Amino acid sequence: MSLVADGVSAGYRGRRVLTDASLTVEAGETVGLRGPSGSGKSTLVRVLALLHAPETGHVILDGERITGTRHRVPASVRTRIGVLFQSPRASADPRLTLEQLIAEPLLAVRHPRDLIAGRVAELADRAGLTADLLARRPHAVSDGQLQRACLARALVHRPRHLLCDEATTMLDASTQALVASVIIGEQRATGMGVLVVSHDPALLERWADRVEDLTTVTRSH
Amino acid sequence: MADVLIRRPAAPLLLLAIGAALLVPLFFPLDQSAVALGRVALPPSFTHPGGTDDLGRDVLHRSIYGLRVSLLVGVVAALAATVIGGLVGGLAGMLGGWVDRVLMRIVDTIAALPHLLLGIFIVAMLRPSLGAVVLSIGLTHWLSTARIVRSELLSLRTRTFIDAAVAGGASRTRVLTRHLLPHVVPKIALATTLMIPHAVWHETSLSFLGLGLPPHMASLGNMINDGQRSLLTGSWWASLVPGLVIVVVTLAIAALAARWRDRLDPRVRAELNL
Repeated sequence: MSLVADGVSAGYRGRRVLTDASLTVEAGETVGLRGPSGSGKSTLVRVLALLHAPETGHVILDGERITGTRHRVPASVRTRIGVLFQSPRASADPRLTLEQLIAEPLLAVRHPRDLIAGRVAELADRAGLTADLLARRPHAVSDGQLQRACLARALVHRPRHLLCDEATTMLDASTQALVASVIIGEQRATGMGVLVVSHDPALLERWADRVEDLTTVTRSH
Repeated sequence: MADVLIRRPAAPLLLLAIGAALLVPLFFPLDQSAVALGRVALPPSFTHPGGTDDLGRDVLHRSIYGLRVSLLVGVVAALAATVIGGLVGGLAGMLGGWVDRVLMRIVDTIAALPHLLLGIFIVAMLRPSLGAVVLSIGLTHWLSTARIVRSELLSLRTRTFIDAAVAGGASRTRVLTRHLLPHVVPKIALATTLMIPHAVWHETSLSFLGLGLPPHMASLGNMINDGQRSLLTGSWWASLVPGLVIVVVTLAIAALAARWRDRLDPRVRAELNL
């Protein structure tokens, strides 16, 4: 079980932001990824999440080379990777309550309905979301509360790999600690591989098993 | 109660107008071509609250019939424009690329023409009828809806929550029905509602110019047009009454639509405690 970026170059509309990056996240390990702003960290995450097509190179998921992105990848493959985005505000549909937000990925793959409520309740409990918060819409909760709901959503499919793109940057220290502990707990239980993208060296030092620097990742190939 | 009527008269006025348009024909049917030369150009009185015109026809009675026609044309034309605009905007916004470019250039080209003239051109090619008027308004008023739908879809599609949905396993259909349409539909519905008064106004303009409905038919535009003759002889009511009906009804619809628009924003909705 591993998530591998193999010689990935990517960009937007012909402007290349990432050149020849290679990175491996094995099951159960936590890899930190750092790099200056604009070095392509988020782009690498989007490529690994199968949301953005690389210009060259490819993603290898659990030994299988992935062709295509987004809807061209079967849902059962996409859901093996969980993603936690930097901005909870932007990554939550403003029309859904937090409960619907967490349940949505299960509904989307037609998970048996009677099992959904239990799974949502379990994750909400781990993320410290009360029933009152679950009934609210994003505009009525704080960034920290919303990111905890997004974390619950990212874990709802029991992904084998979790990508955190600066996911704790905007949060206060206690929420940061809660998010990290929920992820570590999940990792211990399921052997999930975790990629933590951050430009906070202290956070990566504490949390990650090893830290890669995007500038060396792109040169070492 | 009286307080509400004064501060927010739009809904009660609109209800009154729609009620009259629906109920009056049941109890007081109108013979569209009847004239009564014995009571020509009578000023407003108890028996003829809106007066009579230069052919002795009751102005208020005919205004209510005219309102029926105007509302029917307004609603149907606005819906037709919404369907065309929704399809064009939806295709452009969802497919993007060259489809988007071609469709939007067509929109720009049509938008560059004065739409009243284009509407006149379309009715002039057809025989004056209700259908021709609806078609003319529908074909000239879908542009704004197409633009709204397209820009809304384009901006939604790049939002991170769409990425999150895709990563979570949502199919294309699921993304469309669960995350895109719920954001777009209220805006389309609002655009349609705002278009109704405009379409009503257009029907009136076309009829006023003699291009809308057949002249004997009671429509607000025809009546205002006929009333011009009476203005010179001092009977102002023949144009004023249908004119007032159109102003009051279109303003009431626009006011209600504006209030609805304010409620659509979830933040405003939270403040209104809905």
